[in-house]
Amino acid sequence: MNEQQATAMSMNDRPQESDDLLVVEDVQKYFPITRGIIFQKQIGAVQAVDGVSFSVKQGETLGIVGESGCGKSTLARCIVKLLEVTGGRIQFDGRDITKLSRVKMRPMRREMTMIFQDPYASLNPRKRVGFIVGEPLEVHGLGTAAEIKRRVQELLEVVGLNPEHYNRFPHEFSGGQRQRIGVARALAVNPKLIVCDEPVSALDVSVQAQILNLLKDLQDDFGLTYIFIAHDLNVVRHISDRVLVMYLGKVAEVASRDVLYKEPKHPYTGALMSAVPIPNPELGRKREPIVLEGDVPSPVNPPSGCRFHPRCPRFDVEEPPLYPFGAGHVAACHYPLERWPMTPDEIRRRGTAQAPVPEQALQT
Amino acid sequence: MALLEVNDLHTSFATDDGIVRAVEGVSFTVEKGQTLGIVGESGCGKSVTCLTIMGLNPKRNTITSGEALWKGKNLLTAKPRALREIRGAEISMIFQDPMTSLNPVHTIGKQLIEAVQLHRDVTTRAARARARELLKAVGIPRADARMDDYPHQFSGGMRQRVMIAMALINDPDLLIADEPTTALDVTTQAQILTLMKRLQEEFGSAIMMITHDLGVVAEVADDVLVMYAANVVEQADVDDLFNRPQHPYTWGLMGSLPRLEADLERLTQIPGQPPSLLRPPAGCRFHPRCPHVMEVCKTTVPPLAPSERDAAHLQACHLDQETKDREAAKLIEATMAEAR
Repeated sequence: MNEQQATAMSMNDRPQESDDLLVVEDVQKYFPITRGIIFQKQIGAVQAVDGVSFSVKQGETLGIVGESGCGKSTLARCIVKLLEVTGGRIQFDGRDITKLSRVKMRPMRREMTMIFQDPYASLNPRKRVGFIVGEPLEVHGLGTAAEIKRRVQELLEVVGLNPEHYNRFPHEFSGGQRQRIGVARALAVNPKLIVCDEPVSALDVSVQAQILNLLKDLQDDFGLTYIFIAHDLNVVRHISDRVLVMYLGKVAEVASRDVLYKEPKHPYTGALMSAVPIPNPELGRKREPIVLEGDVPSPVNPPSGCRFHPRCPRFDVEEPPLYPFGAGHVAACHYPLERWPMTPDEIRRRGTAQAPVPEQALQT
Repeated sequence: MALLEVNDLHTSFATDDGIVRAVEGVSFTVEKGQTLGIVGESGCGKSVTCLTIMGLNPKRNTITSGEALWKGKNLLTAKPRALREIRGAEISMIFQDPMTSLNPVHTIGKQLIEAVQLHRDVTTRAARARARELLKAVGIPRADARMDDYPHQFSGGMRQRVMIAMALINDPDLLIADEPTTALDVTTQAQILTLMKRLQEEFGSAIMMITHDLGVVAEVADDVLVMYAANVVEQADVDDLFNRPQHPYTWGLMGSLPRLEADLERLTQIPGQPPSLLRPPAGCRFHPRCPHVMEVCKTTVPPLAPSERDAAHLQACHLDQETKDREAAKLIEATMAEAR
């Protein structure tokens, strides 16, 4: 079974394939906006995540990119059930976890862990490293104190820290080392899935490379599945097998890494890619960047139709579905990019000469 | 005469733990209309260099030596009043975080007008007109109405535009931008960088761009200074630096960058972390992390000297030229393979 079918199936609400570790179907997360102090009434909602569907296969890395405020972190928190979804379904390892209670969810938490963005804020400054890394083991009752200590020292070694630093406090470590502690803690319970929420954005380039390499090595060694969230397209390209581009709570495009970066179909993906500065002056001068006008609209009151339309040089009023482009590549655009790279002018005029929608798309 | 000429600048801070030598012997010049990029990781002294030039370090515990000649006049020994006249008028600065560098209790119009009236004897009406003109120039829609808005009513990118407007309002000759796009999204970063380039062409100011992002440097800079642990390790023309990097730290930085235009299976990482400036390593500061370390590196500090290939390309490394050429070629080969 190929990727295309897998994606199509998960979207069409058919039973998912056995090698899908995580299936997310039409997930919504609205945060209510209320007015009044005693008699609170809801006057609106922040539509942080609005109908996102995707699946992640065992051993795969799915990258999620988007600008700040596009809902990628909210989505991550919904997946590990730190937030309750407003609508939709999340299926993990063949089990529907959407409605599980806290108690029922607890054993599942061994299977899916999270690495957070800010290594300065996500570690308790008053606890020793040994405790921080060993806490998940203790919570799940995995072993005696001596066993846990042995396991923690082993973990510290795995992530490239000195096991003798067991008794140190987080402030005695640099940013990169702290992020390694965060990785060790996430690894402690042998999870199947690790959700990484911007794990390297707070780090310097040279240290960032160390953590990225570490994550890749761990995946090879332990057969981990990652959901890797970042705003940096370079980083996502480096680590992901497949990439999902989010815009304002919705999926703009999903494709395998090589396809997405070579032939993006959604103009937003194109604009994101062309906005990344190239560390090469010659190449940089040659290209013509697509500079998006304006800012991301507010998710309280998202634009009608295609959410990208106020910033898109060519759009339609109707909301585009996810059109398939083969091999699991889908994009939510009526006028997909014909090739890449395109100049801003070509993007403005695209879709006028040929049929706006590719043929396969009409069949779905 | 160069607009700004910095010679052998040293800055140290006396702290409870000892003396932190944050900048040690930095020299460079900035010409009119030129963009100088300063790259390095956090704590390498790039921001302190600029704060020293601007005279913005805390007086109490800062020890400064060397000179910073602004149009021939040494800024380091200038009186506070003379400095105040230069700051904001001839040299202005954009800071990293647009969220915290605007005053939240005043409208942006008021803050812009204040910037004008500090340096020019004009009526509030004229200052307001000037403020409006600048807001239009930096691309803020409905500039007229937005003058009376407070900073929280603007998005991050818009606030950074306001900061740029404020920095340019007195037609400065030099604009110091300290990580102006680090807190912004890529698409907004692209807008801001394009804007800065356009305004530089229009107003003809020189720019000092401090950043940790080699991509940003490649995009905007004419000349680049690479700093590591308070020292300049390499200094060259932007094309030269990216095509023939001469210092192992620069190789490390370039190799550790995930790239859109090339497919690297594994990033070359620089092992370890930057040293503490309280007790920096002896000899070359980079030697504990350098893959090419030799005995001489551990004892002798390499001077910042012209490379054998190009007198304008300065580098501070003991390695012989052949090894450098070979390593640079290898790096370019690896990172450019797919882009070609």
